[in-house]
Amino acid sequence: MFAYTLRRLLFAIPTLLVISFIIFALLDLSPGDPTANLPLTIPAEVREQIRISLGLGEPFHIRYLLWLQQFFVNEPLNILERMTGWTIGDSANRMRVISWQTRSPVVDIIAERMPQTLWVVGMSYVVGILIAVPIGVLQAYKQYSIFDQVGTFVSMIGYSVPTFFTGLVLIVIFSVQLGWLPSIYDTNLEVNSLDTFWLQVKQMIMPVMVLALANASQIASYMRASMLDNLNQDYVRTARAKGMKEQTVVLVHVLRNSLIPVVTVIALGIPAIFSGAIITEQIFRVNGLGQLLITGIQGADLPLVQTLTFIFAFLIVAFNLIADLLYGMLDPRIRYE
Amino acid sequence: MNYRHMLAGAAIAGLMAPAAWAERGSDGQVNILYWQAISIMNPFLSNGTKDIEAGSLVLEPLARFNETGVLVPYLAEDIPTLENGGISEDLTSITWTLKEGLLWSDGTPVTAADAVFTWQYCTHPEGGCAQAPNFGGVSNVEAVDERTIRITFDGPKPYPYGPLVGGQSPVLQAAQFEGCLGANAPTCTEANTMPIGTGPFVVTDFRANDVVLLEANPNFRDPDKPAFQTVVLKGGGDPASAARSVLETGEFDYAWNAQVEPEILTQMAAAGRGEVLSSFGTLVERIHVNQTDPDPSLGEGMRSTAAHPHPFLTDPDVVKALSLAIDREILVETGYGAAGQVTCNLVPAPDFNASPNNDWCKTQDMEEAKRLLDEAGWVPGSDGIREKDGRRLSILYQTSTNSVRQGAQALIKQWWEELGVETELRNIDAAVFFGADPGSPDTLQKFYADVEMYANNFDGTDPEKYLGDWICDQAPRPETQWQGGNTSRFCSEEFDALLAKLGSTAGQEARSAIAIELNDMIVNSTSFIPLIHRGRVSVKSNSLGGVLLNSWDSELWNAADWYRMQ
Repeated sequence: MFAYTLRRLLFAIPTLLVISFIIFALLDLSPGDPTANLPLTIPAEVREQIRISLGLGEPFHIRYLLWLQQFFVNEPLNILERMTGWTIGDSANRMRVISWQTRSPVVDIIAERMPQTLWVVGMSYVVGILIAVPIGVLQAYKQYSIFDQVGTFVSMIGYSVPTFFTGLVLIVIFSVQLGWLPSIYDTNLEVNSLDTFWLQVKQMIMPVMVLALANASQIASYMRASMLDNLNQDYVRTARAKGMKEQTVVLVHVLRNSLIPVVTVIALGIPAIFSGAIITEQIFRVNGLGQLLITGIQGADLPLVQTLTFIFAFLIVAFNLIADLLYGMLDPRIRYE
Repeated sequence: MNYRHMLAGAAIAGLMAPAAWAERGSDGQVNILYWQAISIMNPFLSNGTKDIEAGSLVLEPLARFNETGVLVPYLAEDIPTLENGGISEDLTSITWTLKEGLLWSDGTPVTAADAVFTWQYCTHPEGGCAQAPNFGGVSNVEAVDERTIRITFDGPKPYPYGPLVGGQSPVLQAAQFEGCLGANAPTCTEANTMPIGTGPFVVTDFRANDVVLLEANPNFRDPDKPAFQTVVLKGGGDPASAARSVLETGEFDYAWNAQVEPEILTQMAAAGRGEVLSSFGTLVERIHVNQTDPDPSLGEGMRSTAAHPHPFLTDPDVVKALSLAIDREILVETGYGAAGQVTCNLVPAPDFNASPNNDWCKTQDMEEAKRLLDEAGWVPGSDGIREKDGRRLSILYQTSTNSVRQGAQALIKQWWEELGVETELRNIDAAVFFGADPGSPDTLQKFYADVEMYANNFDGTDPEKYLGDWICDQAPRPETQWQGGNTSRFCSEEFDALLAKLGSTAGQEARSAIAIELNDMIVNSTSFIPLIHRGRVSVKSNSLGGVLLNSWDSELWNAADWYRMQ
């Protein structure tokens, strides 16, 4: 198992390098211009000067190598320095990855945004799982009952209706018509009393529920399918024949076995939490990573988009590995050598 | 305290009554929403209008344009003119005097050295300053004494109000930006996001592309202002939801740039929580009429050049008839709502530069249009299309791809066909149409069509450079790699001479008179059909007072005067 993990980790290095190159090349080829949002009255020579001051005057491969150095050497050194208080080399003049829009270090912006995304999107994932698992189990256990039919119908809707639609519907109902919940996430709110906690809950309800609905519908259908597979297995009949309580059969034997594929699906979905729910964050103005990515793309802020996308790619590779390892742990029949 | 003190106090309070409806910080918080989030507070490194406007809450120029386009002094004591000796007789220098006792928000005095530094900062060749055009033609900026700044130009400059005037080129604090010259500019994160300024507010927290928190500047020059203690400047989302948060849910007091379909905005405003504001700058949606023949059979290098004048669009009756056949009111209603109004001018604003002489196009007059064509000998043929000497009135009408423009095209085609003019429509992707690529046949400069529609405007209030696009020499042609602003290929010696006169005339009234004359020459020529004067639209809640929407400067230009209505 250890050897396998090590091999996979070593394999990940060239994969990530290739990914970073592809992202960089794609972004470089795409027709974005960091000066495109400037007023039309600014002449072309000034735009050219701005581009050169952003480093766009260098050829492609130089810019790529520079980014590699900034991201893989300078940024980790910087984090190390901050954590330990040491000074390593010439740290004052070490170039960090600088965003073109804000002219500040990209990694600092990402660190500032991370908590909101983890809270809102992470919470929605947890809520989604908590809703989905019991519903999926019940649906499978009472296959073709009214509960199953309604559940399937609701998950179909949750899965097929996009979040920008459900989000707007919720805003129109709860913010505009009823006036119960705020439509704009207040990112300055500090939770330090019961009142502010309640405000925080109120502003999180809509974005969390919109995303939870989408997540839950997907996980519930996996859960239902997996339960159905297992309910027809021989070992279930044997357990029942042994005279075990129905509760034990379903919740201990069947559920545990059915969770194996579902856990994989859940683990593979975790990187999506970090990438934020791009559209939902935009609708509710949650200042998370997804919204950061959108503003970066709109402003053709290549260093920001490049760094964020690469971090997402890294997380996807990492969680693929974790899912594989989890699989081995949950199912003793699977062994990696 | 005795009676005398109280009486004196009452007398002072009475004198200050107009300004004394509020004292500094008495009105709590104002929430402002920009759907494009703020990235940086330094306008010299900004990526767009939103950053310049956010910066204007903190940083101030020597003078700003007010809502009617008139210059008002901010950091300066007054506006230098020829009459008061602020502008030298030979028009090569302008001298500004700072107000007395001005302080930066950190309590240090504002001096002429700060202005000199700002010029050096923006003109540093490696700095990538987005506002460098404001300092165009400046050969030197010097501090004559603590409060006097002299700006020298490399030649006579009849309109010298570019450098350090308007929201785009405010004065920076030399002490804070000292280490940020040239290539170091982007590394000064602290200075770029929390600049020390003279404006009514100071940044207390800055989250890039999300939210800026500000509070009242304790050293602001007017002790009673601003009325608001704190400002929340939130960003992100889209124009429609931004307008909704003011007009329907009331979570915000002010939302910038509500570019929403007119009917949706009207519906939102019906909720009664706020109102839609509009203000008109210099942007005009217009049709340029090709004065040269775009016929493909003439061949590349010959079509759309002055060598071949247009066969019928140089006929004043034809162009006037085309203009009269358009119902501009309907174009405004369907496409722009509060963000548009009918115009018959090329320079529609500010009021002192707008010509009062052109009203004939404001109402549609189909009968008159038909009569003009009949009299000129253009009579309907068997298929209803007018012809004369075997030449059919058939027009290719191009514009950029954009749903509002295609709507306008369809309406205008309908009116022109009613008039008996065959109209073929074409739309070109905006990136290509406005791309100015000399290799592409589809750019607005090449103008391989009979008429084309787009919008254009100019910075500030002075139209000299903008009108300068209409001289003969500015016509795009193969020799200039198809570059140049005179897309219609308008050419008149009289116009060129008058424009040269504008270049050596100082004083606003004299300049306005010439600008109006130049405008009338173009508007009454066969090369131009004005359509719509387009403006800015923003929304504010009913409880926010003091807002004066301004197209000539930052929308937040007078945030110091904003207050909460009871």
